[in-house]
Amino acid sequence: MSLSQVITRDLRLALRQKSDAATVVLFFVLTAALFPFAIGPEAEILIRIAPGVIWVTALLSVLLSLDRLFMADYEDGTLELMILKPLPLELTVFGKVVAHWLISGLPLIVACPLIGLLYGLPLEGLGVLLLALVLGTASLSLIGAIGAALTLGARRGGVLLPLLVLPINIPILIFGVAASDSGLSGDPVKGPLMILGAVLLGMLFLAPLAAAAALRQAME
Amino acid sequence: MHRFANPGRFLRLADAILPWVCGATVLSFAVGLYWALFASPADYQQGETVRIMYLHVPSAWMSLFVYIVIALAGASSLIWRHPLADVAAKSAAPIGASFAFLTLVTGSLWGKPMWGTWWVWDARLTSMLVLFFLYLGHMALMHAFEDQTRGYRAAAILALVGVINIPIIKFSVDWWSTLHQPASVIRLDGPTIDPSMLWPLLVMVLAFKLFFVTLLLVRMKSELLAARIRALSLAAVRTA
Repeated sequence: MSLSQVITRDLRLALRQKSDAATVVLFFVLTAALFPFAIGPEAEILIRIAPGVIWVTALLSVLLSLDRLFMADYEDGTLELMILKPLPLELTVFGKVVAHWLISGLPLIVACPLIGLLYGLPLEGLGVLLLALVLGTASLSLIGAIGAALTLGARRGGVLLPLLVLPINIPILIFGVAASDSGLSGDPVKGPLMILGAVLLGMLFLAPLAAAAALRQAME
Repeated sequence: MHRFANPGRFLRLADAILPWVCGATVLSFAVGLYWALFASPADYQQGETVRIMYLHVPSAWMSLFVYIVIALAGASSLIWRHPLADVAAKSAAPIGASFAFLTLVTGSLWGKPMWGTWWVWDARLTSMLVLFFLYLGHMALMHAFEDQTRGYRAAAILALVGVINIPIIKFSVDWWSTLHQPASVIRLDGPTIDPSMLWPLLVMVLAFKLFFVTLLLVRMKSELLAARIRALSLAAVRTA
């Protein structure tokens, strides 16, 4: 089984159960639409809070879809075979994260302009916001894979996962919102975007390593 | 280090040094607390509230130090499968979390008269809060599995991931907002804090460190003894 086969297998599994991916996007849009009810419909306030709302809800949506990442393979024993096969487990994990991002990260980014429309965001800043979301949600998927692998088979794993993953996600939230805010107000965006890229590169190396180690000890 | 992989040998060593460490803790706390709370001068701006610092700063340093201890224990657990490293990590985590909590509480008590508010979203406060959450996550993961070994291994990996992330979190939060005074003890051009306050602070730092060693030894001892009781009662059930 090669890397591309790992990715296509997970994508095909997700496409056969279309509702899963759709639920995450629906959750994203619905949660973001709740804030105007709670805070009030004044246009200036909504534009001010929009990047923060989009980032926090995106973070929660990615979190929501994480427990599926390894669970099905863990329960039916596929994971054991994945550890045994010649492809390094790190690459398998990487492939599964890529598939996870395509299924639950990318749809969020596609749905993001809709939320921008609801919040009356100007079009100029949208490009930066989407670019920052691409970099950020990819890191969120990678970090989430560590958490999902660590909590496999744990009691109350679903509640435990946010407790592990959220503190580590804070830098992505900070720099993601910083880039999006600067993009909307026309300030330079290169700095925060480059840091988001740096975090992504670091996580591309670290997360498959840590998640594979966690999966190995989960199967011991 | 592998000499002490034998719990019996470790227990004998711990029993031998524990009275000494415990005595040194009491002594350094007695000296440090008297010096800090009575003998040192009040600050010309902060008045008597400056004395909170003698508890706040050592517990802040210890909360970082203990996390590094846990990460090192996690590394030796994963690399060498050292049995005592797991016990050390499990015993150290609640102590470190308590230090982080103490830092937050003393900082908050100090912030009310000084800044006029219990909490501000300042970089240092926020990163200490995140560190506290990292501790809680570590402890929750350690106890989340039926199989204790599984909990040890998972928590060890989490501690290593956390220790790589702490500088990133610290940097990002600093970048986000800062109001806290800059470092005044560890600086390239020497401490800016007056010697009459620096010395009692250093004694308190020593006292906290010894206190940690004492607590860690006691907790590791009771952890090992509890494991022995479990093994004995299981054996008793089997033979009965």
